[in-house]
Amino acid sequence: MIKAYLGVDVGSVSTNLVVLNEQGELLAAKYLRTNGRPIQTVQEGIQKLGSEIASQIKIVGCGTTGSARYLSSMIVGADIVKNEITAHAIAACHEFENVHTIIEIGGQDSKIIILRDGVVTDFAMNTVCAAGTGSFLDQQASRLCIPIEDFGGYAAKSTNPVRIAGRCAVFAESDMIHKQQLGYNLEDIVAGLCEALVRNYMNNVGKGKEILAPVIFQGGVAANFGLVQAFNKYLGFDVVVPRHHAVMGAIGAAYLAREAVGMKGRSSFKGFDLEKIDFKTTSFECKGCSNACEVVQFFENKNLVARWGDRCGKWELQVS
Amino acid sequence: MKISFPRMGYSYIALKWLVENLGHECIVPPEPSNHTLDLGVRYAPEFACIPFKILLGTYIEVARMGAEAVVTSGGMGPCRAGYYWVMHKYLLEEMGLPLKIIAMEMPLLNLGDFWGKIDYLRRGGGVSLKELLRVLKVTWAKVKAIDDIEIRAHQVRPREVRRGDTTRAINTGLDYIDAAQGEEEIRQARQEAMDLLVGVERDDERQPLKIGIIGEIYVVLEPAANHYIQLLLGEMGVETDRSIYLSSYTRKNTIINLEGDLFAIARPYLNEAPIGGHGVNSIAETILYARHGFDGVVQLAPFSCIPEIVAKSIIPAVSRDFDIPVQTVFIDEQTGRAGVQTRLEAFVDLLQWRRERRHKQGKKVFSI
Repeated sequence: MIKAYLGVDVGSVSTNLVVLNEQGELLAAKYLRTNGRPIQTVQEGIQKLGSEIASQIKIVGCGTTGSARYLSSMIVGADIVKNEITAHAIAACHEFENVHTIIEIGGQDSKIIILRDGVVTDFAMNTVCAAGTGSFLDQQASRLCIPIEDFGGYAAKSTNPVRIAGRCAVFAESDMIHKQQLGYNLEDIVAGLCEALVRNYMNNVGKGKEILAPVIFQGGVAANFGLVQAFNKYLGFDVVVPRHHAVMGAIGAAYLAREAVGMKGRSSFKGFDLEKIDFKTTSFECKGCSNACEVVQFFENKNLVARWGDRCGKWELQVS
Repeated sequence: MKISFPRMGYSYIALKWLVENLGHECIVPPEPSNHTLDLGVRYAPEFACIPFKILLGTYIEVARMGAEAVVTSGGMGPCRAGYYWVMHKYLLEEMGLPLKIIAMEMPLLNLGDFWGKIDYLRRGGGVSLKELLRVLKVTWAKVKAIDDIEIRAHQVRPREVRRGDTTRAINTGLDYIDAAQGEEEIRQARQEAMDLLVGVERDDERQPLKIGIIGEIYVVLEPAANHYIQLLLGEMGVETDRSIYLSSYTRKNTIINLEGDLFAIARPYLNEAPIGGHGVNSIAETILYARHGFDGVVQLAPFSCIPEIVAKSIIPAVSRDFDIPVQTVFIDEQTGRAGVQTRLEAFVDLLQWRRERRHKQGKKVFSI
């Protein structure tokens, strides 16, 4: 049996799972759509991974990240829970030497991470704006009836990208429709949209950051060649897209699990057979004081396994 | 008269005592909740900042609880908050809520006005001048005791063994202060509260990161407006100090106080006219926290707050020169708690990572 580490990244749009061996080589990866059902998606992903490789490996460490990192940690039994910024930085540092900048564009958020001498020195995430994220691209692709996988291909064929206002998703869309009604061809509009997204990213998330090469471009959106091209054009040098760009968050979580288990000794991983377990979340409002905290309860087969959300910790303490 | 005031952290305990001992009935403002914010957002102009909206919501709530007047602060200079009370007054009038707004301007600006308003409250409550002075003194003692207890709690929390012990201890301690009636009782209550905090089971092996909290006064002082950031960081194992305590204007035991000239400290970075609000403070305080060996600084800014936006654009230079990372958190009614949590977690990781690199000590989470 090979010793292996599991990394789980549950985001708003996609759920990614990877298995790494002790040397950090990727043994298996799953990229699933979360579809608003993180619990079922994680269960399904774990099951699929298990049927593929459970017979050859033994999971000795498990880490979770992404916006559902706490939820998924309770489902799989994680040894470490980390935010996605740190997870992405860790993954890029393991895969490349001397990384200076990481651009990460996911389903609902985008971030920039600045590193110097192997240490994160600064980072930023988009705040309340969805322009420049995967969801917006998805939406525009479906409006134009282009499969999202072909989006980059269209952009690559453009010779003269149109200028589209990229400040805000709503303005971008109306400006796009305006350009389309003027009769511009689809390729130029798609390429123009990619450039608008890059401008928006740089003026928003990348504002005031010193962007030095090498720049690693990761996240699901890095698959879009149109955006890669637009970034290259904007920066004046080529960005690097890692081979496993879509699952870098999960890879980072797996590396972090390796560190965490090294310190704590053994893994809390529950195994691949999760499908028959019934997980459920409920909540209630505490009446203990005027704070009226919303207390969230997590059940595993009708057993209460975790409670959180109370500021004073009184409910949390009653569980363990 | 039934009197209320804006809620800022735990200061309501002292202000309640003040109002009651001036011979009035106190309507204690409820802790700002989603309901408060909903009310504020509903009746405020969309582009007003979050303090405006929370205060408006609070005023509506206390008016419905029977308050006849609120005592609040005025202000001067380029920050629009100085005129908020006027706007609040008009909005409340439009809604037909009979709430009188008594805005205290800075005493140095118009001493007559300041004194006139205090005297109005005194006469309305039927209290002698001598008694007024005593009441103000005791109130001040409460303010200081509350701040002392809170400062200690933020030092204890990152070391607590069981999550929530510190929070429960400080809540009990503040009840003691609430019950205390004179300076001697306050002294005793303060001591008992401190004893409770000292009694919290701690892990003194930990070496918590230290983060300074700076920014606009309202979002710095009111936990409900800043996602309980000091509690959140404390429970992540981070010791925090914040730049503003109500009592810090007159004392030296807080790191940031107005004894030192913040303008002089900020001058190498901002030589122009004051930019209003707490913008200059934010620049100077970043420098002060760096000098005091803090690992990082979190700037809290209401969304659309001009002074903090100006400060934000200057802070990267300060951050570089003094080698101290700064994370800005903008706050408005759209800000999701999850986003703030993620940023803070990442910021704490960043600081931990830096510290490990520098000292090659402590637990190695980031040994790449």
